[in-house]
Amino acid sequence: MQSRSLELLVGFFVCLGIAAVFVLTFRVASLDSVGDSGSSYTITAKFENTGSLARGASVKLSGVRIGRVREIGIDPETFQAVVSMEIDGSRNNIPSDSNLKILTAGLLGEQYIGLEPGGDPEPLKNGSEIAFTQSALVLENLIGQFLTSFTQKEPSAAKKSEESAEPKAAPKSDGPAPAPAK
Amino acid sequence: MNFLTPATEGLRGLGRATLFLLTILAAIPGALLRPRLIIQQIYSVGNLSLIIIIISGSFIGMVLALQGYRTLVNFGAASSLGVLVALSIVRELGPVVTGLLFAGRAGTALAAEIGLMKATDQLAGMEMMAVDPIKRVIAPRFIAGLIAMPLLVSIFSMMAIGIAGGHAIGVELLGVDDGSYWSQINQSMHGGDIRDMLIKSSVFGLAISWIAVYQGYHAAPTSEGVSRATTSTVVVSSLAILALDFVLTAFMFR
Amino acid sequence: MNPDTSDTLVRVRSLRFAFGPRVIYDGIDIDIVRGKVTAILGPSGTGKTTLLRLIGGQWKPSSGSIEFDGIDVHAQSRSELFELRKRMGLLFQSGALLTDLTVFENVAFPLREHTKLPESMIRDLVLMKLEAVGLRGAAALYPEQISGGMARRVALARAIALEPEMIMYDEPFTGQDPISMGVLVRLIRGLNQALGLTSVIVTHDVEDVLKIADYVYVISGGKVLDHGTPDEIRNSKSALVSQFLNGEADGPVSFHYKSATTYEQDLMAGRA
Ligand SMILES: Nc1ncnc2c1ncn2[C@@H]1O[C@H](COP(=O)(O)OP(=O)(O)OP(=O)(O)O)[C@@H](O)[C@H]1O
Ligand SMILES: [Mg+2]
Repeated sequence: MQSRSLELLVGFFVCLGIAAVFVLTFRVASLDSVGDSGSSYTITAKFENTGSLARGASVKLSGVRIGRVREIGIDPETFQAVVSMEIDGSRNNIPSDSNLKILTAGLLGEQYIGLEPGGDPEPLKNGSEIAFTQSALVLENLIGQFLTSFTQKEPSAAKKSEESAEPKAAPKSDGPAPAPAK
Repeated sequence: MNFLTPATEGLRGLGRATLFLLTILAAIPGALLRPRLIIQQIYSVGNLSLIIIIISGSFIGMVLALQGYRTLVNFGAASSLGVLVALSIVRELGPVVTGLLFAGRAGTALAAEIGLMKATDQLAGMEMMAVDPIKRVIAPRFIAGLIAMPLLVSIFSMMAIGIAGGHAIGVELLGVDDGSYWSQINQSMHGGDIRDMLIKSSVFGLAISWIAVYQGYHAAPTSEGVSRATTSTVVVSSLAILALDFVLTAFMFR
Repeated sequence: MNPDTSDTLVRVRSLRFAFGPRVIYDGIDIDIVRGKVTAILGPSGTGKTTLLRLIGGQWKPSSGSIEFDGIDVHAQSRSELFELRKRMGLLFQSGALLTDLTVFENVAFPLREHTKLPESMIRDLVLMKLEAVGLRGAAALYPEQISGGMARRVALARAIALEPEMIMYDEPFTGQDPISMGVLVRLIRGLNQALGLTSVIVTHDVEDVLKIADYVYVISGGKVLDHGTPDEIRNSKSALVSQFLNGEADGPVSFHYKSATTYEQDLMAGRA
């Protein structure tokens, strides 16, 4: 008798619930691919240090989001971090000698990957690996470098210009020991 | 001797509740053969909770957006408003608030209904007609609670983040850019967050349904017994939700 | 004077049962003969309802045994017990109708649960049972819309829906006017004669039950006081039985629930 309308109402409720799950997964967590076209290709790169880069972080070209980080792993031989990224399929003419930097949005913001285009006419394809990368800045290393250069500045200020680019891992005994930058 | 009695009584209650859960679980395969009974129960625990869930979801999203905006705008981070709302809702408030509302709205109704059926000999009558009340009455209600909770939590979260909650206040009222509202959310949320939300809400759904049917089924067959069962359902399930939330969050914390 | 034991459907032997310290049954033997109407008489609060629940296997005795058709009711697994219960019906004192179903659906309930009959057949069966108790017109009402006496008749229709071998009636006559009472008495007799149904009637309505019962047990204080055919009971020498039959407040059977203190002690205690 009234079981038809009951079933209808319950069906409506379940549909609404499932729709909500879908809205949440696709709209909020963006499980769909980055571009509207839906197609994408994957590239990888090795980094010395990925800092606090997380899955889902943006890959940006000149500040425009063109992809996202899909996975972060470890190369079993070199122990470097291997980052695989999904790039919007419509960006199919990015030079293969481009380089990647792990950057920070604002002073304390999220980390993302910035892509600086190279000049190679050969574009990146699915499975390409980018050779030129620059790691995330780790605050402790940065402070370490700063302190090293600071303590070394006093005895010989002349050496400053050479040392500041690539600090040596041998500070004075009373200075704080910096973590190796490399 | 005297101070041991509450402890042993508590242990006995826990043991009885666990055995009761096992009996229900054993009755579930049989109950699944009669989907009509389950549909009826989904209607009374799910559909009838829908309004309260939608309204409270919207309000909580709106409040979060207002409060979040005031703080974020000081750091020039108003565009992160969406993230703030979405993370709080999906990770915590969605499952917890829905769970508390569900316990109050559906859990009490379950406990009172079953308790009254017991008090008026309806359960005993069924048993004498060779119909197992666990299979016929308890299991369908338990399953319905289990199904309804994750759906209600999803609806709650959708209302709070999008449609009427945070989005309405943040984007329509405070002028946060629509694009950055969503793109910031997209960047900091993963499928894993949604999965964790669904896990949490299923666990809460199980706890609430279990507590409600247990309290009803073991209520003293008097009006006072039924009223006590309803009260305990709210109290025990609320505490259980908060405690379980802590445990689950600790596990999901990466 | 015992009934022919070979034809016993329910055999209760040295049954003991207690609620905590309060002993309800202190070793009773009862035989319920197949195809006969057995009446169990006793004052209010002696445990007549309890006896029916014990026979139905809802409560367990502390010692002694209850056999239904040679099967020990309390030695069965849960599913075996349910199989056994399909063969007996119990008419609850309160009716115990399912309040979220209509009268029609209540009577249809056991049929839907235990048979795969087509809807039209269920409809016919239910209407037949309701007609038998005179409530076909109330089929669409909900239990809260009918009176207590009507509810008990609906419960009777439901109890006979599956046509069990034995029906236990708990106070079927309370709340019935003389007309429906007469109908019920004829119905119980009729079921008994037409289908060979075994009936157990629990009541304190002495005169009416003596008219339809084949055999009568009088219980009080946890013991069987007397048993026999209605005529034997009427002429019983036992002072207890005659007190009960004649409805005298004073006599060996106490009208009062057993108390540890005397009336005077209780009254005086309040002044101290
Ligand atoms: N759940 C219970 N817990 C404790 N005692 C109970 C319980 N149920 C019944 N009793 C006690 O058992 C005794 C027998 O109860 P029962 O309901 O069997 O009486 P009865 O003979 O059917 O009475 P009536 O004719 O009034 O229906 C009562 O004196 C009552 O005090
Ligand atoms: Mg009784």
